[in-house]
Amino acid sequence: MTPVHLAALAAPQLLLAGASLVLLVVGAFRPKAIRLVAGLGVLSLLAAVGVVAIEPLGRAFGGDLVADQGAAFAEAVIYLASAAAILLGQPWFARRGQARFEFPILILIAALGMGMMCRAADLISLFVAIELQSLSLYILAAFEKSDGKSAEAGLKYFVLGALSTGIMLYGVSLIYGFAGGTSFARIAAAVAHGASGGVLFGLVFLICGLAFKVSAAPFHMWTPDVYEGAPTPVVGFFAGAPKLAAMVLLARVLTESFGPALAQWRQILVVMAILSVAVGALAGLRQSNLKRLWAYSSIASIGYALIGLAAGGPEGVQAMLVYMTLYVVDVTGFFACLAALAREGRPLESFADVSGLVRQRPGLAVAMTVFALSGLGLPPFSGLWGKFYVFKAAISAGLAPAAVAALIGSVVAAYYYLRLVKVMWLDAPEGQIDAPPAEAAGLAYAAAFFVFPVVLIALMALDPAARAAALALVQG
Amino acid sequence: MESFWTSPAGWTLLTVGQILAVLIWILLSLAFLLLADRKIWAGVQLRKGPNVVGPFGTLQSFADFFKFVLKEIVIPAGADKTVFILAPLVSFTLAFAAWAVMPLAPGWTVANINVGVLYLFAISSLGVYGIIMGGWASNSKYPFLGSLRSAAQMVSYEVSIGFVIVTVILLTGTLNLSQIVAHQAGGFWHWNVLGGGGLAGLPMALVMIPMSVIFFISALAETNRPPFDLPEAESELVAGYQVEYSSTPYLLFMIGEYANIVLMCGLISVLFFGGWQAPFPTPFLAHWAPTAASFFGFFWFFSKIIFFFFMFAMVKAIVPRYRYDQLMRLGWKIFLPTSLVAVVLVAAWRVFGPGAGA
Amino acid sequence: MPLQAIAFYVLAAVTVFAAVAVVFARNPVHSVLFLITTFFSAAGLFVLMGAEFLAMMLVVVYVGAVAVLFLFVVMMLDVDFASLRQGFARYLPLGALVAAVLTVEMVIVAADVAHLGAAASSTGPATPSAVMTNVEAIGAVLYTDYVYVFQAAGLVLLVAMIGAIVLTLKHRPGVKRQSVAAQMARTPKAGVRMVTINSGEGVDA
Repeated sequence: MTPVHLAALAAPQLLLAGASLVLLVVGAFRPKAIRLVAGLGVLSLLAAVGVVAIEPLGRAFGGDLVADQGAAFAEAVIYLASAAAILLGQPWFARRGQARFEFPILILIAALGMGMMCRAADLISLFVAIELQSLSLYILAAFEKSDGKSAEAGLKYFVLGALSTGIMLYGVSLIYGFAGGTSFARIAAAVAHGASGGVLFGLVFLICGLAFKVSAAPFHMWTPDVYEGAPTPVVGFFAGAPKLAAMVLLARVLTESFGPALAQWRQILVVMAILSVAVGALAGLRQSNLKRLWAYSSIASIGYALIGLAAGGPEGVQAMLVYMTLYVVDVTGFFACLAALAREGRPLESFADVSGLVRQRPGLAVAMTVFALSGLGLPPFSGLWGKFYVFKAAISAGLAPAAVAALIGSVVAAYYYLRLVKVMWLDAPEGQIDAPPAEAAGLAYAAAFFVFPVVLIALMALDPAARAAALALVQG
Repeated sequence: MESFWTSPAGWTLLTVGQILAVLIWILLSLAFLLLADRKIWAGVQLRKGPNVVGPFGTLQSFADFFKFVLKEIVIPAGADKTVFILAPLVSFTLAFAAWAVMPLAPGWTVANINVGVLYLFAISSLGVYGIIMGGWASNSKYPFLGSLRSAAQMVSYEVSIGFVIVTVILLTGTLNLSQIVAHQAGGFWHWNVLGGGGLAGLPMALVMIPMSVIFFISALAETNRPPFDLPEAESELVAGYQVEYSSTPYLLFMIGEYANIVLMCGLISVLFFGGWQAPFPTPFLAHWAPTAASFFGFFWFFSKIIFFFFMFAMVKAIVPRYRYDQLMRLGWKIFLPTSLVAVVLVAAWRVFGPGAGA
Repeated sequence: MPLQAIAFYVLAAVTVFAAVAVVFARNPVHSVLFLITTFFSAAGLFVLMGAEFLAMMLVVVYVGAVAVLFLFVVMMLDVDFASLRQGFARYLPLGALVAAVLTVEMVIVAADVAHLGAAASSTGPATPSAVMTNVEAIGAVLYTDYVYVFQAAGLVLLVAMIGAIVLTLKHRPGVKRQSVAAQMARTPKAGVRMVTINSGEGVDA
């Protein structure tokens, strides 16, 4: 394979890596040109989306790098979400006098790592990609230096993340030892004649490590604390894109290399999924902080996505992809709302803060209502369609009991979603709310507009795209 | 007899013999180099220096040696005894362990290993432990400050030393010190400091001369010599990590320090100045007995070591001590970028230059 | 060769002993020193296996740089182990449970290895080759087969560096900095003024 061909296969990665290095130099020499760096960062992410759409498909470096529809689909969503994070975050930090040019660069590198995760079909590139994105996220969580909570969030995320990395690495070494190679194809060949105990233990550890990254129960304990402490736009970022990347990676590992061991990993996923939905629903009931609440909401959402994945096959993976995509839009929009709302410069973060919101900021109140109802899965919002795909896949794969359990979880969770709506629409307002900044409000409206009604049209394009992506992921 | 020397027991005996020979040679030369150091220092300051013990003070070092050995070892009450005693031993041992791979003359190496350069680099990077352990175990403020300074300083300068070594490795294409020396045969214009490729390699002298200067200065910092002797800066920290040390442990520290200096002198001559190669072509050596040729090489190597030791001593006598922030600035902001650029240039020269692919 | 066997057992014993001591040493500084011993003897084991390049890198990177900074931090922090151990009894059951699970798993894995033997992995450990040194062998794949992940690993380190700077760098106002260029550019003309002082008048009177 010629260097040109290799470069073409890694084109989005090269683009993002090059852009982040150039921007780093620009920022180092002109620390004041933050807006320029942020703007160029957004542009390069959009360019990466374009490159993903047109680049050739293929494999290189013995599976370290796979360019297929599965990766392309997820990457496009991830890069768009990352661009939204820069758009949302840069002005947010600027308003608080915390603007630094490293923010867009860290988002770029995190996006690069996530893109690599989507493209990894080898344990080595899997590990390096995960480290690349996690390390950027740890720093982003602690980015607000003046805030002790932000530092706490960063530290907690880092320590627990390092632990999970250790667990995952242990699993990787077991798999390598027993399969005799690191590429997924090699592992698949070793597992084909029945997986040995060592490989399975490795797989369990690997799943545990990845479950931590997607904050699936019982590896969710870091999520509420980190979401509460980290800066709001950053939370909006890492509640969405990294989880999609980790889910795609999980799908690739499980279906491509451990396809024959479906029966073994399915039980693990189902247990984690039901636990996640239960934790998300029950623990969410007692929350008064909206960021914490949405942390539990995201844990529950990951539960649904895991059910889709546990269903296996193209249909299950497709359900997971559709669900995660709609979820990313939903969660980005919600945190854009939170980033837009402040009272005398202090962000609104609790139920009490947003009481009677509709009387002061009707637009944002409607948007938040849309996101809450979508999270609940009420028709005609996008959340419903995601759940529809998941349940359909689960039932056709014979996982009806799990689907029913998840449905019960939804009913319990309805309490807190509806409570948010009630507080915003029926309670008395409390003090003047600042004028929302244009970019955050704009993003929130756009996302809300997507959740309903654009989603109805978008699904027509999303469905075949996700189907092609799922086929590529499953067949390897 | 042949079979005995290749048997395990014979091999062990032989190696131990070689090690002892090198050890004794270094210790003996150290005694006189130490004296030379003091004499040069004195000469610059228009003093006489040691001149009482023996003719012209030549036996001064031996007198000092007995003084140190015969004194009582004092260990402070609050000290961590084990670590306190271990620290000078570590310093001393490491300083001598590094000599194992040094090519002293054609075929004269205790261990001719393939990764000799890395071995030296590894051992010299361990040297910091003796100092940091000593400073910590003393359980006293000045030694601790001194050891912290030393740790930061040595770690910082190792980075640029590493890159400078990489340029030499790129030029010679080997990590084996004997081969690096062999590569520089044929006269001084083949030495690495002048590009290492004979007349065709001369353009690289533009890069390699600054590299040898950086290496020399970094070696000063790495061995805590003036002007970078901040870990023991007597005007600020009394004597830094050595404050609480006396008698034999102190002696071990000092011998270790000087052995390291001589090692660095040897390393500079091996990496940049042809090691045991004479500065002119030596076709006549082919007719000499191997032993005579070895002694011929050894003579050149030793002369070069003495020359660089003289440079070390002159720097100590002439240059005032750096401030700590200046030291860090020099290491990170000047040496590191410069040596990085040099690595790129040398690599480009190897790929695109006249000797490409060789 | 018996010498190698002796070297192996000595190094292995030291490695295991030092590793245990890392965990059980009361003084954190001693722990780090034992950790260094562990690294060092592990490097010795690498040499015995013919992986001399890895051995040297282990010493240079881990012992020479990482552990020094480790020691640095541990010495400065003055960790109070008594207070760290306070919750020990409370978390013991959970910790013991995790440890038990891991032990069981390790036993199962070990049994698996014993059962499958060396056939478990079709590729045995790489053996030192006569035609290629360690360094050449690693260099031959590092920039070809693994260039993608190698560069990505470089980016990981870059991110760590950016993070360290972002999280710790503070630009305090009013700090006087040395400008070496300005100092060097200063000439006697700018710095020295020649005056003729008449007796009893002083300068700038």
